[in-house]
Amino acid sequence: MQQNKTNTLEVDETGEEAVNDNIDSTPTHAINLGNIVDSSGERVTLADEKIAIEVSDFNLFYGDKQALKSINMTIPEKKVTAFIGPSGCGKSTLLRCFNRMNDLIDSVSVNGQIKIDDRDIFDKTINVAELRRRVGMVFQKPNPFPKSIYENVAYGLRIQGVNDRRTLDAVVEKSLKGAALWDEVKDRLDDLAMGLSGGQQQRLVIARAIAIEPEIILLDEPASALDPISTLKIEELIYELKEKFTIVIVTHNMQQAARVSDYTAYMYLGELVEFNDTSTLFTNPNEKMTEDYITGRYG
Amino acid sequence: MPNSLQSNHISSRFDQDLQNVLSNVLSMGGIAEEQLLNAIEALVNSDVGLATEVVEKEIQVNTQEVKIDQECTQILARRQPAARDLRLLMAIIKTITDLERIGDEAQKIAKRSIDLTEKEGGPRAYYISIKAMGHLVSSMLHDALDAFARMDSKSALQVANKEPESDDQYSAIMRQLITYMMEDARNISGALDAVWVIRALERIGDHARNICEYVIYFVEGKDVRHISLDQIEKEVINKNK
Repeated sequence: MQQNKTNTLEVDETGEEAVNDNIDSTPTHAINLGNIVDSSGERVTLADEKIAIEVSDFNLFYGDKQALKSINMTIPEKKVTAFIGPSGCGKSTLLRCFNRMNDLIDSVSVNGQIKIDDRDIFDKTINVAELRRRVGMVFQKPNPFPKSIYENVAYGLRIQGVNDRRTLDAVVEKSLKGAALWDEVKDRLDDLAMGLSGGQQQRLVIARAIAIEPEIILLDEPASALDPISTLKIEELIYELKEKFTIVIVTHNMQQAARVSDYTAYMYLGELVEFNDTSTLFTNPNEKMTEDYITGRYG
Repeated sequence: MPNSLQSNHISSRFDQDLQNVLSNVLSMGGIAEEQLLNAIEALVNSDVGLATEVVEKEIQVNTQEVKIDQECTQILARRQPAARDLRLLMAIIKTITDLERIGDEAQKIAKRSIDLTEKEGGPRAYYISIKAMGHLVSSMLHDALDAFARMDSKSALQVANKEPESDDQYSAIMRQLITYMMEDARNISGALDAVWVIRALERIGDHARNICEYVIYFVEGKDVRHISLDQIEKEVINKNK
């Protein structure tokens, strides 16, 4: 309600003109803008998003121990979704389910559903190799193969039987550009990948992941072993990657989740406590548990 | 420490920092409130000494504002607060701006009261109404600071609800002063000074309401600026259902 008065009256202390101007105007009680400024009205909400992964009533056990407890969530397409929570809360376990990396652990049993493209990925008819092509993954520590930079990126295609040099050249260049590494390595593509810095190796691994054109990229603490500058480069890259890919990222760094993600899931002891758009979750979370965690009151 | 301000961060230094800022805000609020009461007192009693004191003391409010701003900047830079902590800092940063303005307005009242006292033939007959308005506004400020100290959105809402009353008093006194000016052109100079005083009081009422809106923002997580009282009420009550 101040705006309409400020012009006339706060200007100076002796402006008699101003007073006369305002003599008849009773101060109004409040500016009624007609509606409450509710940010959710202007933002795209989860309900409007296309769904990339749909998790329903999903449970996972390591032997007898239940690590994920009836998880329900929908992960939107071409957005960045971050999983946060204290160690052992199940966020990495859940991430690994999305391309069935947990199959490699004998004691793991699951029930419930995870659907990608409306197909349950635990269905017996699912081709796991094909699933993993569609759902790429990048780990905490960069894991380049002991090969050249070029061969690291071309590897996935070679496995698929693509050996045409021109095709490979094009894909390697496109992927390295996509991973914001091309300019740094274009003159030494035949050098060993091990000679790159940690941050470069991580971007190389991302290039390797995107070379086979997945739909979803899972990032498990992709920047936790990197220095701040390399971390920012990876974050910048994530922002660019979401144009083409659905990104799911697990991170211990809450500020990182706040910086890069569109949606954030807070997990605790195997349960999904809150799934919300990131701006709400970090300013006004619905759950007290979430708030305690992100404000450092956990424990 | 009120419930909503529970300080149990893992980092006890963070708790300490927030506590310090909060108590500084409250002491700044205390000074602003005292300034206002003294300014009204000086006017009504034609006490030039007290008025001069108010004018000179205004710098204290300014200094506090700068100091608290710096403390908040430090916390933002070092702690990257989130959620409730972030909203608390936002509320503090905004509150001190309003407190500083309140200090300015109190100083204006004190200056006018010096002028009016020197003019002798000021509109003394209207001082009773001005005093009443002053009391309404200073009680609003007092209650706003109280709501802030306890971070109580319901009492903040009650203070915000009083603001139309101060607007009504402002209009009523304004009408009386216009009549007074029309009676005799020689009255105009003194009446204008009085107009400035009630204008300042009305502004202070606005600032008190702003502080209440920040309290509601902190507690409810809803920005209730620039919306009607009815809507604010809905926000506060719905959330508490």
